Parts: sequence; structure tokens; C-alpha cells
Amino acid sequence: MFLINCPYCGERDQQEFKAGGEAHIERPKQPTELSDDEWAEYLFMRKNIKGVQFERWNHAHGCRKWFNMIRDTSNDEIKAIYKMGEKPPSQ
Amino acid sequence: MTKNLRVKSSEYIDETNRISFKFNGKTYHGFKGDTLASALLANDVHLVGRSFKYHRPRGIMTSGSEEPNAIVQINPGTNRTEPNVRATEVEIYEGLEASSQNCWPSVEFDIGGINNFLSPFFPAGFYYKTFMWPASFWEKYEFFIRHSAGLGKSPTSSDPDIYDHRNIHCDVLVVGAGISGILAAKNAAKNNFRTLLVDEKNELGGSTIFENNEFNKIDNKTPSEWLKKEIEKLKNIKNLEIKTRTSVAAYHQYNYLLARENLTDHLEAKDKTNKIRQRLLKIRAKKVILATGALERPLIFNNNDRPGIMLSSAIKKYSEFYGVACGSKNVFFTNNDSAYESAISLYNKGINVEAIIDIREQSESKIVKKVKEAGIKIYWSHSIVDTTGYKRLNSISIMKLSNDGTSVTGSKISISCDCLGVAGGWTPAVHLYTQSGSKLKFDEEKKVFLPNQNTSEQISVGSCGGDFKIDEIIKNLNQKIKDTLNINETDLDGIKVEIDQENSKRNIWLLPSDKPIGKTKPFVDYQNDATAKDIKLALREGFRSIEHVKRYTTTGMGTDQGKLGNMHALGIIADTAGVKMGELGTTTFRPPYTPLTFGTIVGRNVGKFFDIFRRTPMNDWHVENKAEFENVGQWKRAWYYPINGETMHQAVQRESKAARESAGILDASTLGKIDIQGSDASEFLNRVYTNAWSKLAIGKCRYGLMLNEDGMVYDDGVTTRLGENHYIMTTTTGGAANVLGKLEDYLQTEWPELDVYLTSVTDHYATASLCGPNSKKILKKIIPDLDLSDENFPHMSFKESKIGNVQCRIMRISFTGEHSYEINVQASYGKDLWEKCIEAGKEFNITPYGTETMHLLRAEKGFIIVGQDTDGTMTPIDLQMDWIVSKKKYDFIGKRSLYRSDTMREDRKQLVGLLTDDPNIVLEEGAQIVSKLNQSPVEMLGHVTSSYFSPNLKKSIALAVVRGGKDMMGKKLFVPMENKNINVTVANPIFYDEKNERLNA
Repeated sequence: MFLINCPYCGERDQQEFKAGGEAHIERPKQPTELSDDEWAEYLFMRKNIKGVQFERWNHAHGCRKWFNMIRDTSNDEIKAIYKMGEKPPSQ
Repeated sequence: MTKNLRVKSSEYIDETNRISFKFNGKTYHGFKGDTLASALLANDVHLVGRSFKYHRPRGIMTSGSEEPNAIVQINPGTNRTEPNVRATEVEIYEGLEASSQNCWPSVEFDIGGINNFLSPFFPAGFYYKTFMWPASFWEKYEFFIRHSAGLGKSPTSSDPDIYDHRNIHCDVLVVGAGISGILAAKNAAKNNFRTLLVDEKNELGGSTIFENNEFNKIDNKTPSEWLKKEIEKLKNIKNLEIKTRTSVAAYHQYNYLLARENLTDHLEAKDKTNKIRQRLLKIRAKKVILATGALERPLIFNNNDRPGIMLSSAIKKYSEFYGVACGSKNVFFTNNDSAYESAISLYNKGINVEAIIDIREQSESKIVKKVKEAGIKIYWSHSIVDTTGYKRLNSISIMKLSNDGTSVTGSKISISCDCLGVAGGWTPAVHLYTQSGSKLKFDEEKKVFLPNQNTSEQISVGSCGGDFKIDEIIKNLNQKIKDTLNINETDLDGIKVEIDQENSKRNIWLLPSDKPIGKTKPFVDYQNDATAKDIKLALREGFRSIEHVKRYTTTGMGTDQGKLGNMHALGIIADTAGVKMGELGTTTFRPPYTPLTFGTIVGRNVGKFFDIFRRTPMNDWHVENKAEFENVGQWKRAWYYPINGETMHQAVQRESKAARESAGILDASTLGKIDIQGSDASEFLNRVYTNAWSKLAIGKCRYGLMLNEDGMVYDDGVTTRLGENHYIMTTTTGGAANVLGKLEDYLQTEWPELDVYLTSVTDHYATASLCGPNSKKILKKIIPDLDLSDENFPHMSFKESKIGNVQCRIMRISFTGEHSYEINVQASYGKDLWEKCIEAGKEFNITPYGTETMHLLRAEKGFIIVGQDTDGTMTPIDLQMDWIVSKKKYDFIGKRSLYRSDTMREDRKQLVGLLTDDPNIVLEEGAQIVSKLNQSPVEMLGHVTSSYFSPNLKKSIALAVVRGGKDMMGKKLFVPMENKNINVTVANPIFYDEKNERLNA
């Protein structure tokens, strides 16, 4: 059970949060210009890394804010947490 | 006549408080302070159970939670019965009853004991190998296997006890209150760290509390005397909370630990009632100090499992702590000096020690000299090759060990004895440490796994960190505390320690016998009856991974999780396979450390709190009016309102007719409601719904369909424009939370530039949906001032009004196809609103209807229910709802996916109406649809999604999804059922009032 440092609320138990999959996948601004393959790449393809992964998390049972997390999936160490729209901190 | 083996009085046993208890139906006596195990031993009862596979007689082996054999059923036949309890952990109380497990008809005469003599036929993997053929017979085999196996019996009536959960946040958690834990907790608390100290036992002090070796001294006192003074000092320390009878079950990441606090198990039945029995502590600690100690390990030799064979340290504890002699002719078998301490402990109390068998060549420590002076015979370089005594040990045979320790030589000596203490060294209790994700390293010299790489803020102190001698313990503890708490001084700085030096070591994982291994029974896992022979067999059969050997032989898979024997299993594998133990690694230690009750895990979340229901403000009315309820998401919704013993079908038929002929009323409070505000609210709706929203006038309502980015229908509902920058969206009952989450996601992550704010107001409003041709007249009676003309208040529009003094929002929208109004008031006025409608509607025979009638009425109109007629694979095109998909909008969620090659296929499943040729046959929802009968393989075209008998049309109607259904209008299809084939015709899904004339009726 992680202890997650919500950038808006501070440290809270993991059960208040919801994981939201891979981070930094931007919705294409002009979807109609994309081929089926390009759209499918955005829609379906996600990484599943053993190691350092960039993820989206939501403080679902708290402030409801989304934020980004860098987590090592092999040992669940949270390397960094930063707000939406911010650049990932250099590790 | 049972013997009384109580020796000298102990300060932990209250001999003035005599307690009677029953074991296997027979009454015995013990004293307050006894465990079931110590009380039985005092009565000379060693035989307490039968082993799992061979049903061999087994006795008490240990004095703690690591006990593999003495597991009993507590209070059998009562509603408080509990199986698989370790007798070594049960504190006795007046009226306690316990019985042996896994034996029939009794522990003294057990039919299953035959397995012991058949054991050559029960090798490792016996069940896997034997019951494979024929495969179809497995169920029959399983029945017998399950019956002959099995540990205790679970209770059959409901648990009378109360359980609880508590969250604890502390600066420092200390696990284990032995000497290390006590000193660590004391220093942490004194330095202003909020400290919690927990121990699974009822007394503090661990094993040091009965450490009376006269050659070990702390500040010139025996460790026992010294520690008792330290425990006294704990009482007045602020910031320190101490919890005894509290066992840490799990250590998760980020220093999150679960512990079970036992509050009433040691009390008499009359004192248990109305109290919390056990409490699950959910502890989040900034720093964790593990002081979990070490477990003594046995030695693995032929027939090492007989009742009377115990751990040497357990014999010492029974003698020193409980004042109980475990036997009258005691022998010790050891590879280190600790057995000599136990021997002296017995000797000092006048208990006979016959001999000590030591696999080492010699030892020069003071305690060994003392044993020699006491005249106790020591057999150096000897090993036990066999033991005798079926239900109680009566003799051992020993032989000289060869220099390399792999064989025995010389002649056999037989020694008569009734109790054997084995001392095979100490295994640090690193279970919790590894659960936290931290990594171990094998210490080749000490032959133990030790903490190596910490992953969280934690330290391991004392013997669980590899320090076994008191001088090492105090020195290293002092430094570790200073480092982890970042303090400069402790009260350990000036302590003087003297110890007796042990300098001779010898470790042999599997001791040889004069017989070949195939003819011996050297048990490694006592509870699961796994022997060294089984492990060697597994290796011969090609198993290499320690995890595979474990599963194949079941070593370490009992309720004790192999706390005693796992190290030997690893050692034997390493020796046999010729690898180093460090390379072999260890098996995973999984939580819980000791078993938890289900009650502790669920806590208060039982009965009506198991899964909390949401109820609408009108709920009481529904209950009073005998509604049947259905679960929709977390909600309890009125399903139908039977009167005069109606069946559901009868009630629904009546309600459906009434709603169309005069007036009906539905509690629609459960629909999700999201308040949307902001200058970009219209643009936001444009992006999340498939249709256009920019031109919706203030005061108007519009139905919207929401897709996932993959183009599949996600949710639907009516949204009303309340003001220039203000909308109220309704969602499906079940989808409310997810829709809000999804909208927030897009707002925060994809479109942060939009000025939009979302608020869930589902619980803030109660909604009554008034429907039917007389709904207008009823509303007029409630709000006479409101102009309800079609000109002023047309279909799909909204009015803000008042009922008396109560503000209300009224939407003229319809999910039934009838003229209807959805009236929303502040939730607290919901029941009042409802009652007003019922009262006003009396003259029109207003009929309350539930969700079932709502489903029927909307199906007559061909309105979909997301989640019933859709299943996450339906696009709006599949639903024949092309009309709601804007061609003009550049983008909305899911738009691009509607032009993927797959979503554009013509042969996708599409929503159609189905009419049965026989109008009285109602199709089953979920029934499959085919175009040809008697074909092979059967080509499934689709399935029925909604099906009802329509009282208004006087025929059965159904919605279905059918492959290519859009172009099948009028086509004959079949619904094959178990006994018959039903002929159906594809029809327009709008069965009733296709021109929507009734909306304005």
C-alpha cells in the first residue's frame, strides 16, 4: 500500500487514489488527419515496463486532481510526482 | 493417573488461581498464566495431534507461534470454535475446551495411522502421480482426499464476536518486545518519537526474560534480572504505547503494517461478550525497528518427530517461565552451546538430565564445563540415528559421526529417555523484513539469511539482524538506534556486558543414520510430513528451483509456513545439488506471519455494513408501500409495487398500462446529476457528446450520447441549459461516478484551457418523474401558477418554479414516450414532493411504478439502456442512432474511431426490434439468434438484449443485437431454446407511437 504525496493534498494512503495508465500520451489535436494505424497507436498501444514507468494517477477519493508519477514498477518506489502539464523532473 | 510435572514456582504462573479446562473431553488443571501447551505438559500430556499425511502421533514441539504440530480446535461445537490454533499460543481460562485435529476416532487411536505404515507408497507428489488417470475420475478421488486430509473444522454458526479496525500513525514502530525491542522503543520514545511497541506474547521480555545463564551478565546482573528492571522503567515513558498479544501479520511497502491485537481470547466466555475480540491495526510508521528475534531450529535426523521431541529452548522456557518439566528423563541433542543452558536450567530445578549428544568435537565454554561438573554425560561427535516410542518417545540410539559428518560409525548406544531437546542453532525471523520488499543475503559462516538491502526506513536489531550474543546485540543496537533516529547518545552507552564465549561450531543439515535414507523418516516439515527423502526425490526427478521443490514436496506450505524446517530444506537441496545456499536463494515469505481470522480482516464490515446501500429520499415511502427493490449500482431502487399478492409480471403489466392510460410516477432520484459551469461549458459539451450543443437555448433540454475514445457508447442522458454558462447533466444511475471521473480527466489533462467546473449533485436533488396523459393535470394541481401550455412549457424544456416555498426544477422530458415531467427538489424535500404528487394524482389513479415498468415502457419506444442494450462494443451507428452523431463537428470524444475500418464494417451487430410470430411467447434476454436451424457449426447472429410482454400492444416485444441486422427488416430468424425453436421477425425497434404523438397528448 503506497503512501502517495498528492501535489495538492500531501501524503495520503494509496486507497484514496486511482491509477490512470501511462502518462504523456497526448490526445491528437487533429484526429481526422490520422490514418487508422496512427489513431490505433494513440488509442490502444501502451507500454508495460518492468522498471521506471511514467504514470497518471488521480486522487479520486480526495481532491479529484490528476497528476503524474514516476514509479519503478519492479519495487514500487515512487521516484517523483509532478502536476499535469509540468515536465518530468530529471532523475 | 497423570503425573504432575510442575516443578518450582514461577513468577509468571499464579498458583493461587487454579483453572480447569478440557482437552479431548478430559478435564485437566493448570494455573493462570499457563498456555494450553504448558498446562498439558504439566499434566504429562505430550500427544496432542496427528500429522497431516501419515497421521503420525505428534506432540508439542515449541513454546511459540512457530509451533508446527500442536494445533488444536478450540471450543469445538460452539459458535466460537476456531480451528488450527497453536496450543502454545492459547492462554488457558476457566471452561476452555480444546481437541485434537486430523484424527479419527481419537488422537490415541487414529484409523489414518495406517498411512504411516503405507508410507513407502506415499512419496512426494503422490497425489499428482496417482490420481491422474482417468482424468474424469478426479472429482471422485478429490472427495475422498479432501475428507481424509483437512485440518480443523470451521464454525457452522455465525460468529458472536465483534471485530474492529484501527488506523495508527507513529514515528517509530518496534516489532517484538525482547531485549532489543524494549531498549529500542525506550530510546525512541525518550527522544520524542511517537513510538508503538508490539509483541505477540502477553508478557514483555522475549527469551531474555528467562535467560539465567550465570556466565552472562549485564551490569553485573543476569540478563533476566536486568531486563525486568528495564521493563519496569517503561511504565512512565511518554510517547510510548505498548501493545501485547499483538502479532504483526504483514509488512507492506512504505512502512504499512497490519497487526492483529487480541483482546478477549484469553478471557472466560462470560467476559467475552459485548467486547471487541480482535482488532486489526493498520499501522503507517515513519520508521520501523524490527526486533522479531530468532527461532531455534531443530536437527534433522531419523524419526525426529515423536511426541517428547522438542526444541531445547522450549524445554528451557517451560521450565523457567512456566515451571514445568517436559519430561523426567531428559536428553539434549545439539550443535551449539544453547542446549547446555537448557540442561543447566533443568539441573538447577532438580530435573533429571540423562545426557547431551553433541555433534561437535568439543566446546570449552564455561557453561559446558558446568554441565560436566554436574555429572551430565556428554557424547561428543555423536549423532542420533533413530528413536523409538510410538505415542511418546522412550529411547534414542546414537552412533559416532564420521569426520566429514556424512556417515556414522562404531556401535550403537541406546539411551532411554522420555524427552529430547534438540538445538540446531538459530534462524533470524526475517519474515516481516522480506515482506517489506527488502533483500536478504546468506551468511556462510553463521549459516543464516540476514537483512542486506533495506527498501524502506527500517532496521533489524537483535537476533533477527544476526546478533545472537548479548554483547553483540547491545553494541550493534546502540549504533543502529543512533544512526536511524539521528541521536547522539542513548542509555546503552555505559552498559557493561560479560558473556560466556562459544567458540566451536558445526552444522550438518541432514544427519546421517546407519540405515539408507530410503528407510528413514527425517522430517523437515513436521506439519506437512515432508521428509529429507522427499526433497532428495524431488531433486532426482529434476526439480531445481527452490520454489518448485517447495510446491512439489509441500515443504513449508502448512499453516506454520515452515518456520522451523525451511532452512534445512534449503540446506539439503544445496548439499544434494552441490550449490551454495546463497546462490539458491530462499522461498518467498508471504503474509500473514501467523494466520488471521476472517473476522479481523473484515472488521465492522459485516451484515448490513458489508456492502453499503444508497437509498433515495423517498425510500421510506417505497418500503411502506411494499415495494420490491432491485440493486442498481450501489442504489436500492424500487423495482415494482405488488398489490394483493401480485406476481412481478402482474404488477408490471398493471403499472405499465396505468402509466400510459392515466398517470404513473417513478422515483428517478438515482440518476447521476453533474452541475457544469464556466464560460466554456457549451464548448465542453460539444466535445464530450456526439451531437451539437452550441445552439441549445437557455431553458431547453437535449438528449446526449457519450462515447469512449474507441467510439463505443459509454453513457447517455438529458442535459439542460440553466443559464448562459450553466448546465445540468444527467447520467445513467450506474455510470454517474465514472462519467464524472472521465469528464474531469479530459478537463484536467487534455483541455486545461477550458473554463469549466464540474460538481456532482446527484445526492443534492430528489427527482420524481410524473408521466402519462394526466401528468399535466396533476402538476397543475401542485403548482397552479405555472403555465403548462405547450407554448410556454413545450417538450424538452425546463422551468424553475416553487411548490409552496420549495424551489424546484422541472424538466419536461420523457423516457416513456408519454407526456411527462421530471420534478427535482432539494433532497430533503423529496418524500414531501412524492407524497404531494401521490395525493394530487389520486383522482387520476396515479400509479407508482418501479424500474421494471420503466424498462418495459422505454422498450416499447425502442429507447436503449446503456449497459443492457449496449455492452461496450456498440457504436451509435450500430444502435441505428446515426441521427445523434454530428457530421458538422470537427471533433468529439470517439469521433475518429467511428471511421476505423472495423467500426465501419457492415456486418457488425446492430440493434433491431424482434417480434415473435406467436405474440404470447416472451423471449429470454440473452437468448441466441440464428438464421438457419440444424446447421453445424451454428452461426450465432446475435442475442436478445431486452424482452417484455407489452400490455399496451398486447404482444411480446424484444430488442436484440443482430449481425447486419440493419438490412434485415422483415426477415425471419430463429431463437433456438432448450425445448423449442422460436420463430421471430426482425422489426423496427420503435414498437409504440412511432410518430411521438403522445408526448404532446
